[in-house]
Amino acid sequence: MAQASGGYYVPHGTKWPIVGSIGLTTAVVGAANMLNGTFSSAQAMMFVGFAIIVFMMVGWFGQVIRESEAGTYGHQEDISFRMGMMWFILSEVMFFAAFFGALFYARMFALPWLGGEGTGLSTHDTLWPSFENIWPTNGPAHIGGPFETIPAFDIPLVNTLLLLTSGVTITLAHHALRKNQRTPLVWWLIATVALGATFMYFQVYEYIHAYSDLNLTLGSGIYGSTFFMLTGFHGMHVTVGAIMLMVITYRCMKGHFTPEHHFGFEAVAWYWHFVDVVWLGLFVFVYVV
Amino acid sequence: MSVTATELDHHDDHDHKPSGFLDRWLFSTNHKDIGTLYLVFSLVMFLIGGSMAMIIRAELFQPGLQLVQPDFFNQMTTMHALVMIFGAVMPAFVGLANWMIPMMIGAPDMALPRMNNWSFWLLPFAFAMLLSTLFMDSGAPAAGWTLYPPLSLQGGNSFAFVIFAIHLMGISSIMGAINIIATILNMRAPGMNLLKMPLFVWTWLITAFLLIAVMPVLAGAVTMLLTDKFFATSFFNAAGGGDPVMFQHIFWFFGHPEVYIMILPAFGIVSEIIPTFARKPLFGYVSMVYATASIAFLSFIVWAHHMFTVGMPLGGELYFMYATMLIAVPTGVKVFNWVSTMWRGAMTFETPMLWALAFVILFTIGGFSGLMLAIVPADFQYHDTYFVVAHFHYVLVTGAIFAIIAGVYYWLPKWTGNMYNETWAKIHFWWSVISVNVLFFPQHFLGLAGMPRRIPDYSVQFTEFNQWSSIGGFAFGLAQVFFAIILIHACYYSKKKAAAQSWEGAKGLEWTIPSPAPHHTFSTPPKINKDQLAAGHLD
Amino acid sequence: MLNKALNSRLTWLVGLLAFAGTAMADYGLNMTEGVTPFSAEVYELHMIILWICVVIGIGVFGAMFYSMYAHRKSRGVEPAQFSHSTLAEVLWTVVPIAILVVMAIPATRVLIFMEQTTDAEMTVKITGYQWKWKYEYMEDGVEFISSLHPDSNAARQVGSDIDPATVENYLLDVDKPLVLPTNTKVRFLITSDDVIHAWWVPALGWKRDAIPGFINEAWTEINEPGTYRGQCAELCGKDHGFMPIVVVAKSPEEYAAWVAEQQGDAVAETEAAQREWSFDELMDRGSDVYAAQCAACHKPDGTGLPPAFPSLASSAVATGPVDAHIDLVVNGRPGTAMQAFGNLLSDVDVAAALTYTRNAFGNETGDAVQPKQIADAKRG
Ligand code: HEA
Ligand code: HEA
Ligand code: HEC
Ligand code: CUA
Ligand SMILES: [Cu+2]
Repeated sequence: MAQASGGYYVPHGTKWPIVGSIGLTTAVVGAANMLNGTFSSAQAMMFVGFAIIVFMMVGWFGQVIRESEAGTYGHQEDISFRMGMMWFILSEVMFFAAFFGALFYARMFALPWLGGEGTGLSTHDTLWPSFENIWPTNGPAHIGGPFETIPAFDIPLVNTLLLLTSGVTITLAHHALRKNQRTPLVWWLIATVALGATFMYFQVYEYIHAYSDLNLTLGSGIYGSTFFMLTGFHGMHVTVGAIMLMVITYRCMKGHFTPEHHFGFEAVAWYWHFVDVVWLGLFVFVYVV
Repeated sequence: MSVTATELDHHDDHDHKPSGFLDRWLFSTNHKDIGTLYLVFSLVMFLIGGSMAMIIRAELFQPGLQLVQPDFFNQMTTMHALVMIFGAVMPAFVGLANWMIPMMIGAPDMALPRMNNWSFWLLPFAFAMLLSTLFMDSGAPAAGWTLYPPLSLQGGNSFAFVIFAIHLMGISSIMGAINIIATILNMRAPGMNLLKMPLFVWTWLITAFLLIAVMPVLAGAVTMLLTDKFFATSFFNAAGGGDPVMFQHIFWFFGHPEVYIMILPAFGIVSEIIPTFARKPLFGYVSMVYATASIAFLSFIVWAHHMFTVGMPLGGELYFMYATMLIAVPTGVKVFNWVSTMWRGAMTFETPMLWALAFVILFTIGGFSGLMLAIVPADFQYHDTYFVVAHFHYVLVTGAIFAIIAGVYYWLPKWTGNMYNETWAKIHFWWSVISVNVLFFPQHFLGLAGMPRRIPDYSVQFTEFNQWSSIGGFAFGLAQVFFAIILIHACYYSKKKAAAQSWEGAKGLEWTIPSPAPHHTFSTPPKINKDQLAAGHLD
Repeated sequence: MLNKALNSRLTWLVGLLAFAGTAMADYGLNMTEGVTPFSAEVYELHMIILWICVVIGIGVFGAMFYSMYAHRKSRGVEPAQFSHSTLAEVLWTVVPIAILVVMAIPATRVLIFMEQTTDAEMTVKITGYQWKWKYEYMEDGVEFISSLHPDSNAARQVGSDIDPATVENYLLDVDKPLVLPTNTKVRFLITSDDVIHAWWVPALGWKRDAIPGFINEAWTEINEPGTYRGQCAELCGKDHGFMPIVVVAKSPEEYAAWVAEQQGDAVAETEAAQREWSFDELMDRGSDVYAAQCAACHKPDGTGLPPAFPSLASSAVATGPVDAHIDLVVNGRPGTAMQAFGNLLSDVDVAAALTYTRNAFGNETGDAVQPKQIADAKRG
């Protein structure tokens, strides 16, 4: 290398970002037209967009993985990646914070006011005299009709245990990697993926149950809105996390990562823990309280 | 696609720019080229957003509706603000960060060069989408840049496009911010400890944290709008147990830090320029850093000062008033530090300095009106009038935009190796500084006299001031066309070459590099002087 | 024309620059002192902060200009090299805090006073609609709608060729003002039926948002009889600039007389809703109702502004089955600007508007919709 030893690796030229932008734009233009019902193939357009994004990710990450395996990255690059992942996760935390904020605001302010507490007395008396603030609620106009909720100490509790266990298994996998025990590493990872998949299975089951038996939908007033937005975005993150887990499992099977160098592994593990912690918040604030 | 030797060895050809146009601009991973892309994009957006402002000012030249329908007027107001904030000011700062931060801290490039490319290349797509709504049947969004429901939910086909465009801009900003943090924390040359960094780097570090913390919240807020419109949720609908005001809380939790995102880097630029032309070190460096951090912290706990009239409980109003007033203290520290930096210096008044000085005065005036707005009982009168419009244009135009222009004049020699034409630049300055006050100062009076904002037509008693304002607006707009000409001249036609240290009093690593800065700088880290802030030398 | 105006403006601008202050005094440069107990206090507060800011400004800018003059290189000064002073930095942190505390005290006092909505002598409920206000006197059973005055409305259309200067109180006048007694504590319950509006009359010293689904409270006590004008102060759609507010304050006696008159009218209106109306009567009244209530969105000629506001000329609804048409106008269409006129207009007015739209703009259904049909539809 012409570069001074210890020099930071600055890649020259990359076509993946522009592919990513095209993919994202195609997807959202498709989605917007689908929502507006402007043309019938809009949905297809959206999926083409997603496909381009997947293509981009495979290409981009593939290139980074090859570079990593070729020893291109030193300690300093590693730190950049770590910081990137760390702050990305913080931004995800803030994304969830917006929806948790909505839940807390509705329960602590909007609903009590509608029910006549504090400054809401006139609101209640004049506009919604028959409304009682009892959680869960779909609001004074009973938007979406009567519904039932999912008890916390049922599937959700099982799901909590599943995710907590998966947090343990991935840590065990990490230990195995650090000791360079490849077989347990792969098995622990597979266990983690399996736990995640089981979680998703239950989650999907629960959604179907909610929609078909409980009349609990996105349209069930503020309860349905916050319930499905929070659990829904969480579920999407679990899915993404599980895919990432599968990728690193495959990479482990191919012999990638060393006991010292395995940022890719750790990034996925952090992400998985983040998804885990969000679930704990969900379990407490959406299901239990 | 296997790893080819060329793919890995690309980074060998250090001082050559990529030769193909696409290779250079579309696929770039070079912080300077990406910085240039950002800056050019920002200028284009500024002209587009400004043209919309010209339509606003033209309609408001006289009472009665002469030029546009009310709904189109509202579209102009909304788009003007979205384009200026997300298209002009924020990308301009990111562009400056891209160009300057690696050179200021002695880094070879940004920490994550490929992602850097993506941060930029999302923006043209996002704005193409946003601007395309102007040509839709239903027209562009017309509910104000604050997108308050239920009004925003009445939007037609453009609505979903706007929401998704905002998502893309958000992704771009977050990636940009992550990159800047990683660069500053991880890529500093040995010896460049945190408290030696130039203030521009510091202000950007803090701004980047603000971005990471609040852009996702905006994304969440607009996502809820989307589901309220298309998926029957009831976040902002009282009948379902939600609350329209809840949107405002979430929006302003983003929105208030957002306005500091647009001013902290400006503080940084001004803190670079004033010491250079006063030939004296920045006064109170450490307190500047703490003040910036305090402003950032406070910005998270004052959001509801935009909502004093929504009928919050008394306790909430009092709390948000007190917290908001507190921001005057760290901001004051900054202003006093700038004045003290000038004090007993040896000042010269080249163009960057003129803009920086105008910034200090006019931003402070905008800050004062901000403080007045913070006083709840008075805000009951000021709110949603032109007094507010005057306030935020003083902090945004004579604040953020003036600082950006100052920064461009200051660093342009470094970027291009050419000096701009000083006489023209001075004309640009005086023309702008006079017209901008004719443009925005009368708006204070309009607001106090009772003219609401976001109206296309007004009763005749407001005519005189509106005419002043419009004339000032056209003049200021023309001055910015002249600015574009000055820049083109400086880039391509100027005969006057710039020295490495383009300004006599300029300290800091970027001035040790030749002008124009070579495509790659600091591949080997520079030596940092022990005793001087941010200053160093090349071996 | 524009050129001439511009020319005269420019001359004006140059010529009067020096006298700007005096020349503009008639137009009001400052916040109004208002006519209520606290509007004057708000004004005082505003002036206090303003002066504090001016004084600080003079200090800071004065120091700056002095420095720019005295410490410039062209005078041959050598730059000092000091870069901090703990004393100064502490001072300019502590002194501003003290100043802020001084500002906060009166602000807090006034605010607490403003939020006391208890022991009012009467209550008025204000509901914002796109683009008009509804007032309900809770105790007296009087209610009506107040929208932009027809003269202003005609002048403000694009290409109307009416000079706004010739219209009295252009954009600040309504067809029917809110009448209030003087020296009486009035409580307002403010809400909205569609999007957020804000009710603002500067002379009363405050504005308050009208939020759909929630009630905000505020109060006033007007000291002087007179007419006070204001405007909607929250962006509420295309005609946000065209929903003024006019308050007429009368002595309590005159006010009582006014209320009696209104109650009489209301009785007449209920009686009118009982009887059968002729087609011509309905069309006559309908054209007025249409102009006042519907034309803002559907245009005086019924063509609307598609796609946001559909055309009524040969609209499927307006020429289709009567019941569906009644249902749409009485109940509105949630989520769009088409509001539920059943709560907003009297049965006679709705019937008249329906009859008119079914027979105007080339819609020739020949139907006469009777007030009784509206009453039936409302009952469900
Ligand atoms: C760059 C952007 C920027 C900046 C820096 C600020 C700075 C401030 N803003 Fe502003 N603001 C906006 C952009 C900005 N604002 C925008 C865009 C809106 C409108 C949004 C919309 O509705 O569309 C708005 C609206 C807005 C409102 C809502 C008004 C309303 O809608 O009713 C309020 C109310 O409190 C407010 C307050 C303040 C305060 C207290 C500061 C303070 O930070 C100012 C501090 C500075 C000083 C005070 C001057 C210097 C200090 C000294 C010299 C020290 C000594 C001084 C004293 C002790 C007095 N702003
Ligand atoms: C950084 C942000 C920023 C910037 C730079 C500006 C710049 C300007 N703004 Fe903007 N403005 C906002 C942010 C900004 N604004 C926001 C947030 C709002 C609130 C929106 C809302 O209510 O939702 C707003 C609202 C707003 C209003 C109130 C609209 C209303 O309430 O209805 C007005 C009215 O005068 C206005 C005017 C201007 C003008 C004249 C400029 C000028 O400085 C622009 C100068 C630049 C140019 C003119 C471009 C260069 C010239 C050309 C391309 C050639 C054409 C020129 C001529 C024909 C002379 N702005
Ligand atoms: C604030 C704006 C507004 C006002 C005022 C208004 N409308 Fe509408 N109207 C609308 C909108 C928006 C729609 C379209 C609703 C939709 O998208 O389904 C509509 C739809 C209609 C339709 C159905 C047209 C069709 O073909 O679908 C009729 C009939 C109608 N309005 C009659 C009236 C009458 C009668 C009045 C006055 C008493 C009135 N409107 C006042 C906004 C308004
Ligand atoms: Cu109603 Cu603005
Ligand atoms: Cu703010």
